[in-house]
Amino acid sequence: MSLLFDFVADKETKTIYITREFAADLDLVWDAFTKSEILEQWYAPKPYQLRTKEMDFREGGRWLYTMFSPENDNKGRYSLVEYITIQPKSNFSTKNTFSDENGNSIGSAFSIVKNSFKAGSDKTTVYVEKVFDDLATLEMMATNGFKEGTAAGFNNLDEYLLTLITNK
Amino acid sequence: MRRDIFQAIADPTRRAILVLIAVQAMTPNAIAEHFDITRQSISKHLRVLSECDLLAQKQEGREIFYELKIDKMKEIDTWLAQFRKITEERFQQLDQVLYNLKNKKK
Repeated sequence: MSLLFDFVADKETKTIYITREFAADLDLVWDAFTKSEILEQWYAPKPYQLRTKEMDFREGGRWLYTMFSPENDNKGRYSLVEYITIQPKSNFSTKNTFSDENGNSIGSAFSIVKNSFKAGSDKTTVYVEKVFDDLATLEMMATNGFKEGTAAGFNNLDEYLLTLITNK
Repeated sequence: MRRDIFQAIADPTRRAILVLIAVQAMTPNAIAEHFDITRQSISKHLRVLSECDLLAQKQEGREIFYELKIDKMKEIDTWLAQFRKITEERFQQLDQVLYNLKNKKK
C-alpha cells in the first residue's frame, strides 16, 4: 500500500504542514501519538533513543523527554511538550520548547503544533501543522537544528559520521 | 565556479567537519585529530567547504581557526530539508510500530 506523505514549508507564515497516511485504524494511530510507551518506539530518529521523564496527557499536562544515542549522552538536553487542547480521537495541540531535565524552558523559542486525525476506510490520515512563534525562533531552531539536529539527521543518512565524531 | 551546499554535504567527512565546527571554531590540526585521514585530505575538504561559502576564518596569534558560516536563509533551507528527512524516517518507524501493534492484537 502506498501511503501519502506531504511536507510543505511556508516561510512567510513560519508554518510547516505535514500530511501522512497510516495503515491502521484511528484508535491505534491516536494511541501512537499520545502514549509515551508507543512514542518511545518511533519518535526518535535512529540511532537515537527516547526516554520519557514525565507524561501527563491531558489539557495543561506535559510530556518531558530526552533523546540520546548509544554513543553520545546528550548532556541533559530535554524537550518539553505542553498539551494545550485535546479533542479525543480528533486533534490535540501542543507548545514545544527545549528545556532542562526539570522542564524549565531554555531560551524563549517555541513552536505550536496541532495534530489532527481523520479516519478513513482502511487508513488514518494525520495532519501536522507546526507554527514557529516568530522568524527569530525559526532561525534559532534552524541554528540549533543544524548544530544538534544535524547530528541526528546526518546520523540517519550515514552512521559513519557518528563513529568519526565519537572515536576521537 | 562557486560550489553549492549539496556538494559540501555529499561527503561524510565534510558533514562530520561541519558538525564539529558548528560547535566551536577549530584549527585545521584540531579538526584533523578527529579523523583517520591525512592532513592533506582534511585541507582538501576544508577548501571545498570554503568554496561552498560555509567556512569563516579567524586568525588568533599564529593559528587560523575555522568556524561554520552559513547565511540565515540557507541555514533554514538546510534545516527544513533535514527536518523533512527526519519526519519521513520517523513516520516510517511508526509504520513498523503500528504494524507490530496490529499483529499483536490479532
